[in-house]
Amino acid sequence: MPVLTGVSFRLSPGQGLVLRGANGIGKTTLLRTIAGLQPQLSGQIAGAGERAGYASHADGIKPALTVAETLRFWADLYRTELPADVFELFDLEDLRDRPAGTLSAGQGRRLGLARLAVIGREVLLLDEPTVSLDAFSVKRFAFFLRDRHLVRGGIAVIATHIDLGLDLPVLDLTPHRAALEAQGGSDEAFL
Amino acid sequence: MSIWSYANPRKFLDTTAPWVPWLMWLAAAVLAVGLVWGFFFTPEAERFGSSVKIIYLHVPSALMAINAWLMMLVASLIWLIRRHHVSALAARAAAPVGMVMTVIALITGAIWGQPMWGTWWAWDPRLTSFLILFLFYLGYIALWTAIPDPDSAADLTSVLCLVGSVFAILSRYAVNFWNQGLHQGASLSLDKQENVADVFWVPLLVCMAGFVLLFLALVLLRTGTEIRARRIAALRARARRVEPVRA
Amino acid sequence: MRALLARDLRLAVRAGGGFGLGLAFFLIVVVLVPFGVGPETAILARIAPGILWVAALLAALLSLDRIFALDHEDGSLPLLATAPLPLEMLALAKALAHWITTGLPLVVAAPLLGVLLHLPGEAMPWLLVSLAIGTPALSLIGTFGAALTVGLRRGGLLLSLIVLPLYVPILIFGAEAARRGAEGLPAATPLMLLAGIGLGCAALLPFATAAALRVTLR
Repeated sequence: MPVLTGVSFRLSPGQGLVLRGANGIGKTTLLRTIAGLQPQLSGQIAGAGERAGYASHADGIKPALTVAETLRFWADLYRTELPADVFELFDLEDLRDRPAGTLSAGQGRRLGLARLAVIGREVLLLDEPTVSLDAFSVKRFAFFLRDRHLVRGGIAVIATHIDLGLDLPVLDLTPHRAALEAQGGSDEAFL
Repeated sequence: MSIWSYANPRKFLDTTAPWVPWLMWLAAAVLAVGLVWGFFFTPEAERFGSSVKIIYLHVPSALMAINAWLMMLVASLIWLIRRHHVSALAARAAAPVGMVMTVIALITGAIWGQPMWGTWWAWDPRLTSFLILFLFYLGYIALWTAIPDPDSAADLTSVLCLVGSVFAILSRYAVNFWNQGLHQGASLSLDKQENVADVFWVPLLVCMAGFVLLFLALVLLRTGTEIRARRIAALRARARRVEPVRA
Repeated sequence: MRALLARDLRLAVRAGGGFGLGLAFFLIVVVLVPFGVGPETAILARIAPGILWVAALLAALLSLDRIFALDHEDGSLPLLATAPLPLEMLALAKALAHWITTGLPLVVAAPLLGVLLHLPGEAMPWLLVSLAIGTPALSLIGTFGAALTVGLRRGGLLLSLIVLPLYVPILIFGAEAARRGAEGLPAATPLMLLAGIGLGCAALLPFATAAALRVTLR
C-alpha cells in the first residue's frame, strides 16, 4: 500500500536533509527504500545504492563482542581502515575492551553510530540516530556529522524529532502522505 | 484478448465463480459413473480378487497428488516472474487439495497392500516417495500459514516450491536407490498401466477424468475463497487508514 | 566474507554462543539408542551407520534457527544486507560458519561414538567420509530454511518441518554409503551421488537463500 507520494529531493556533496513528520508517516519506509532494502512502488532513486550506509534504530550490536572488535568487524566487512580517532570521536575510549553486552543503552547507541564513521560511506541514511543519547552525546554526534562527514563532501538524510543544531534543511513529509485512494501497492488489485 | 487478462482477481473471480457449481456436479457425475462401473461392473481379477478394485480410487488420487504439486510449481513460477496474485493464490489453494490426494493415495495403498502383501505398510519406493511428498505438502502449507504478510508469504512459498521440487525429484531417485540396496524392490512395486486389461482400464480412465474435474472444481473454489479473503483484508486495511484522518 | 565468517565463529565460541550444544546433543542421542534397542552388539553394529547419520542430522537441525534469528533480533541483518557483501555470499558465509561450528565437530566425534555402537572398524573411514561430504549440504539446506523462516514466531518448529523433507536424499545417500562400507560392499556410488548433491547445493542454494532474505528484509 502506498505510504508517501510525490517526495522528491536532490542532495549535492556536503548537504544534509532532515526528514520530519508524525510517527508512522513513513520516514523509516523512505530511508529503507533509499537504502535498497525494499522496492519503491514507483519513481526513481539514484546515487544511493552502493554509496549508502544505513543505520536503523537497532544497532546490531553483539553482546559477546567488545567495542573494538565490533568496529573492527565493520571495517573489515566494508574493507576500510579503522579511523584512529573513532573511539575519541564517540567517547568510547574507556570502553574499548568492554563486551558490548555490558554497555548502557546510550553507550550502545554511541557504538552503533561509531559504525557510521568506520564504514566510509558517502551517503548516510539515519533513522532516529539520537534516540537514548544524552545532550552531550548528541552534540558529539552532530560534530561528527558536520565536521567529519558533511565537510568532506558526504551526504546525510536524517529522520529525527530533535534539533541537532546543524542548521540543515528540513523536509516535512506531512503533505506527501499518500491519499486514501492512491494507486499502487499489492492490495490494489483486490479493491 | 490475452489469457493474462484473467490474472486480474476480479475478472478471474467473475469468470470462474459461475463455473464452480457446474464443475462440481460434472465431477460428481463422472466419478459416480467411473466408480460404480469400476466397483460393480468389472470382472474380478484372477489373482487379486475384488481387492484390486481399489485402484479406481488409488491410481487417480496418486495421479492428482503429483499433478497438484506440478500445478503449484507452475503457479509459483508465474507468480515469481509475472507477479500475478491469482497465480500465487491458486498455488496456495491447490496445496491442501494435493495433500488430501496424497493422503487418499497412501491410505488406499495401505488398504490394498494389506491383503496383497500381508502388511499395511511396506517401504516400497513408490509408497515412500508419496510419504515424502506428503511431508513436502505439510511444510509448504505450514509456511503459507505462518507468514502474516501475503506478498512475502507468496514469495517465500514460491521459492520453497521451486527448491522443494528439485529435492522431491532427488528424493524419488534416492528412495529407488535406497530400496534396491536393501530389499528386492521390484516384486513389491505395483506396475499398473502395463498389465491392466482394457476392461479395467476404461473405467479407470473415467475415474481419472473425475478426479481431474474434482481437483479443478476444488482449486477454483478455493482460489475464489482466497481472493475474497484478500479482498476483505485489503478493504479492512483501507478502512483502518481512514480512522486517523477522522480523529 | 572472511570478516563475517570470523565474526560468526567468534560469536559461536564465546559465552552464550551455543558452540558444543550440537555435539552434546549428538552424544546424548547416540547414547540413548542402546537403551532403546537393547545392548546386543550385533544389532547395534548393524544399525550404527544409520543411527549416527540420523543423530548427526538432528544435531545439525538443532542450531539452524540461530543462523539468522539473532541477527534479525538485534537489527544486524539490514545492516549486513546494506554492506558491500552480496547476500549470496552472506548466505554462503553463514552456512560455512554453521558447518564449522556444528558439522565439523560431528564429523570428528563420529568415530568415537561409532565405537560406542560397535561400528566395525572397516566402516569407520566410510562413515567419516560420508559425514564430511554430507554435513556441508545439511548446513546449506538449513541456511536456506532459516532464511525462509526468519522473524516468524515459532520459526524453529516450522524450520524443522520445512528442512527435514529436504534432508531425505542426503540422509539416504550418506547412510547408504556408511552402511555399504560397514558391510564391505562398494560404497563409491552413493558417495559420488552425495558429493554431487552437496556441490549442487553449494552452487545453487545460496541464490535461493539470498532471494528469501531479500523478501524477509522487506
